[in-house]
Amino acid sequence: MKYKATLTTCPYCGCGCNFYLETVDGRLIGTLPSKTSPVNQGRLCVKGWNAHAFVQHPKRLTKPLLRKNGELTEVSWDEALDFTARRLKEIKEAGGPDALAFLASAKITNEENYLLQKLARAGVGTNNIDHCARL
Amino acid sequence: MKETIKDKVKELLSQGKITGFVGLRQRGQDISPYVFTDPEELEELSLGDRDRPGDARYPLVGLLGDLTERFPTEIFGLLVRGCDERALRVRMADNRVTPLSPDRVIPVGFSCPPELAQACRCHKPWPDALTAGEPTPGVNLAEEPFSGDLLEEMDKWTDILNRCVKCFGCRDICPVCSCRECTVEQEAMVPQRELPPAPSFLMTRAVHMVGRCVYCGLCEQACPADIPLKSLYRLVAAAFGQDAAAPGAVTVPYYTPTGARTGE
Repeated sequence: MKYKATLTTCPYCGCGCNFYLETVDGRLIGTLPSKTSPVNQGRLCVKGWNAHAFVQHPKRLTKPLLRKNGELTEVSWDEALDFTARRLKEIKEAGGPDALAFLASAKITNEENYLLQKLARAGVGTNNIDHCARL
Repeated sequence: MKETIKDKVKELLSQGKITGFVGLRQRGQDISPYVFTDPEELEELSLGDRDRPGDARYPLVGLLGDLTERFPTEIFGLLVRGCDERALRVRMADNRVTPLSPDRVIPVGFSCPPELAQACRCHKPWPDALTAGEPTPGVNLAEEPFSGDLLEEMDKWTDILNRCVKCFGCRDICPVCSCRECTVEQEAMVPQRELPPAPSFLMTRAVHMVGRCVYCGLCEQACPADIPLKSLYRLVAAAFGQDAAAPGAVTVPYYTPTGARTGE
């Protein structure tokens, strides 16, 4: 029986609230706001309180899915990426760069966010890029 | 005080009376819940005081309840203040399918300093299972504000309740909240996906706290909207006949916590 409360930073937005991810024998069981964090002082929003919930959720996607004949089907990363790249190109050719938009995420790194906006602006040629943490 | 607690826990662990001690651990500036299983680790034991008394209190009874369900044959020690012990008793009194049985826990208690008792407006800032410290004088709750008439104060409360951002923090941190299904998540009781939530959100919760709330104040401290929840629960409990000076032992007609077995 090993319980741990691991201090970390909320992945959901730019505020930087601190909380503990509680684990028992390596499995996540809960989130507790840090009382001693100067940022959130023992408080969290509804997203932060549930930050542990998705990680080991049985419905979490672990492989790419592609809709084939109306049904979501597991495919390889190669197939998923080839399909995505082909469709993005087709849409851009048919409707121009502004027919596309990109939504970045607080759950990925700064570097990945940088790369996504570079793909949007330099690669595709649109300023349609936004972020889930623009609260 | 801490050394007395450490000695007691060391004794319990080394004699094999408990599998683990549910308490608080300090590493650097960081104080968090922890389950001590090795007497050597007790050097890092904390009583939840960093910059001032009790500024790093956590819902240890909630954690204990979770652990006793996951490890159904183990016995745990538990660090308790007066409020933690009251919460423990509420959880033990629940007539559930998997109750928190008194023989699963050995409380190790200490008293809060008068400064904290005043800040918390606590009526009994020490546990009966007092391992360290002396009983501290409590606050007379009968003299607290917001113990007046619910209907007269409703207008004022409507404005306060509208500040709610519905983070569910008050419920999530509550040491006596243990229902598998929560009424405030039920569309039939509280309209969902509304902000600010309908007054029924916090009022339903307040009704469910009657006779259960131990006035530990963790909900207030977790509230991003600074809603004085303890005062609200006291006010609603008073409407159901709770003695302001002696909280507890009041039941709400027709309400039984979900998951509890009744009449069996």
